[in-house]
Amino acid sequence: MAIPISYNWRNLVARKTTTVMTALGIALTVAVLLSALALVEGLRGMLDSSGHPLQVLVMRKGSNAEMTSIVTREGFQDLKLKPGIARSKSGEPLASLEMVTVIVLESPENPAGININLRGITPVGFELRDTVRITAGRMFQPGKREVVTGQGLARRYPLARLGAKLRFGRGEWEVVGIADAGGGAGNSEIFADLNQLSSDQNRSEALSSVLLRAADAAGVQALINDLENDRRLNVTAMTEKSYYSAQASSASTIQFVGMFVAVVMAVGSSFAAMNTMYAAVARRSAEIGTLRVLGFSRPAILFSFFLESLLLSLAGGLIGVLMVLPLNGVTTGYGNMVTFSESTFNFRVTPELMITGIVFAMVMGAVGGLFPAGSAARKQILSALRGA
Amino acid sequence: MTKYLPLILKNALRNRRRSALTIISIAFSLCLLGLLMALYHAFYFSEPTSDQALRVVTRNRVSLTNPMPLSYQQKIRQTPGVRDVMIMQWYGGAYKDARDPGNMFARFAVEPDKMATVYPDWKLPEDQRQAFARDRTGCVVGRKLANRHNFRIGDRIPLEGDIFPGKIELTVRGIYDSNTDNENMFLQWDYLKEMMSNRRMDMTSMFVLRVERVEDVTGVSKSVDEMFRNAPFQTKTESEQAFAISFLAFLGNVKLFLFSICGAVTFTILLVSGNTMAMSARERVREVGILKTLGYTPGSIQAIILAEAVCIAMAGGVLGLAMAQGLTSFVRSAPSMLADLSRFTIPAPVAVLCLLLAALIGVVSCWIPSWTAARRPIVEALRFND
Repeated sequence: MAIPISYNWRNLVARKTTTVMTALGIALTVAVLLSALALVEGLRGMLDSSGHPLQVLVMRKGSNAEMTSIVTREGFQDLKLKPGIARSKSGEPLASLEMVTVIVLESPENPAGININLRGITPVGFELRDTVRITAGRMFQPGKREVVTGQGLARRYPLARLGAKLRFGRGEWEVVGIADAGGGAGNSEIFADLNQLSSDQNRSEALSSVLLRAADAAGVQALINDLENDRRLNVTAMTEKSYYSAQASSASTIQFVGMFVAVVMAVGSSFAAMNTMYAAVARRSAEIGTLRVLGFSRPAILFSFFLESLLLSLAGGLIGVLMVLPLNGVTTGYGNMVTFSESTFNFRVTPELMITGIVFAMVMGAVGGLFPAGSAARKQILSALRGA
Repeated sequence: MTKYLPLILKNALRNRRRSALTIISIAFSLCLLGLLMALYHAFYFSEPTSDQALRVVTRNRVSLTNPMPLSYQQKIRQTPGVRDVMIMQWYGGAYKDARDPGNMFARFAVEPDKMATVYPDWKLPEDQRQAFARDRTGCVVGRKLANRHNFRIGDRIPLEGDIFPGKIELTVRGIYDSNTDNENMFLQWDYLKEMMSNRRMDMTSMFVLRVERVEDVTGVSKSVDEMFRNAPFQTKTESEQAFAISFLAFLGNVKLFLFSICGAVTFTILLVSGNTMAMSARERVREVGILKTLGYTPGSIQAIILAEAVCIAMAGGVLGLAMAQGLTSFVRSAPSMLADLSRFTIPAPVAVLCLLLAALIGVVSCWIPSWTAARRPIVEALRFND
């Protein structure tokens, strides 16, 4: 017969201070792990919601980022005549020639400034990005030095807020609108008129990339093959989705550091849990003897103490999850190694992440509880009753 | 106090398993703390080497990807305090499969004849330097990079360009050792120029300046930026070290990240050791009663218990620091493009700080349990039954 779980619960409550201290140690360890993972999760989520499944991004062969790619207007004229490209209501091919560059944006937090993506775009580009909505202000006017900033940027940088003026190219650019890109990469970009921007930057002919929409899902791969095999164009093509999902590799450093720190802390915490459980076993020696006299078996005692350690760590895991919950939705930025600019996104504490945290805590509890539970089960009835 | 030392040590060793568990637990946490603080130190407090301190970098104010006219070189060269100015252009490109982070390393085009003036601290044999200068398609690579990819002199390295399109093949003409970076590749500016489109022809993304004296750094930086303040391409000039730190900011809020982890770790140690000390103190209440009957004052009893806690915490600290120092070799060999960690070690101030922190943790965690134990009335203490 198993020892009732309420026995363990009451024991944990009776030794409040020790329980709380051990659980808090475990909670902090879980919190460190989860904050790093929530950051990675946020970046992944942002990248996953970027791009349209029917869309194809075209860059020059050899480039793996829009910023290092060059596509000429001449090349674009040939490109947009390819068969299989969807048409707009007015019958024009849905193909957007764009220019991507980087500017440095200063913020009080970072006076030296951070690289931010700046995208020159035409109306068809917004037609392709149908999730982008202007939430404040208005769209920039073609031929003017006006920009629209992603709302993630606007939240983090005073210089990206409505009415602010940015200096680049040949003059000052006014922020006239804030855009919500539906959680995607557009939230960390600045949009400007393609023609105005490219002439300001002395690159009217040499732009960066082309975004196309395939007429239907079946035609996406055919369009990609067609573009890749056209030697005259000399371009590389990929789905917009895969372009963004490849950027998740940028988070590998923070993921590694977060996990390393958490694992090292976990070793410390499970040793602490072990200490607590050994003390519990020592102090309850007489109780253990009594339980044995009552007829509870050695395995039942082993299981009971093991369970108590698991309960302790479960409490720690829950507190740890509660500690990171306020992080959920907080906007942050992280260097994207592919675009060489900052990606803005929100921390995401998903249910899967919470389960990971709790399992991680329980593993600490299991490691810490196993040996003390074993020593409790091995006690001889008589010596246990005497309290030795 | 020293006369109590045997008693303190005996107490610490009484419950060996508990002391060992506590020491190991503290050691792991302090190992982490030591590593993180050493990283912080390496990022933000490391002293530039005497030659690095004389280097200044000029770039376009808008961002590194925006170029500046080559004509600036001559103008900057004439600024008082400047010894020489070298063109430095980011080549980019890809080596083998660019998706493998191991194949990522920085590649710059430079002027070989100016390297000796700008980078006098580099150990690059004179014959290798000349071989590089003679070969248009030659390159020099850092020692760490060469070791990682097994590059040897005479090897040919294929690269696929992106900013400067086309496939090229460079011959390794030299391998350098430097105190500040060992992971970059440098090719000839003249060779890169052949690959440039007209648009980029007379532009570069960076100038590396060598100033005469350390005191000139601020003045030169200011006057260069001032000179181009009303020009179509404004500049941003700063010391090489500040330039390197600006890359670190790119990774996100590194300072906050390190601070919060250090905070969490410190608090965890405090909990762990506080818990242990509270347990030991409780078990010894009766002993305290006996010590009191023998005439020990509450003060000395508390001191004895505190000293035991400090001993255990310090033992954990020493062990943790030793572990951290062992781990630095992994950090040293890891590829790092954003910060130089090739000389990464636990610096003395960090070690001292960690040990002080360990001692402090011992005292803080034990203060309340030892205080209550030492001030319990004799009779009550003797009767105490846990």
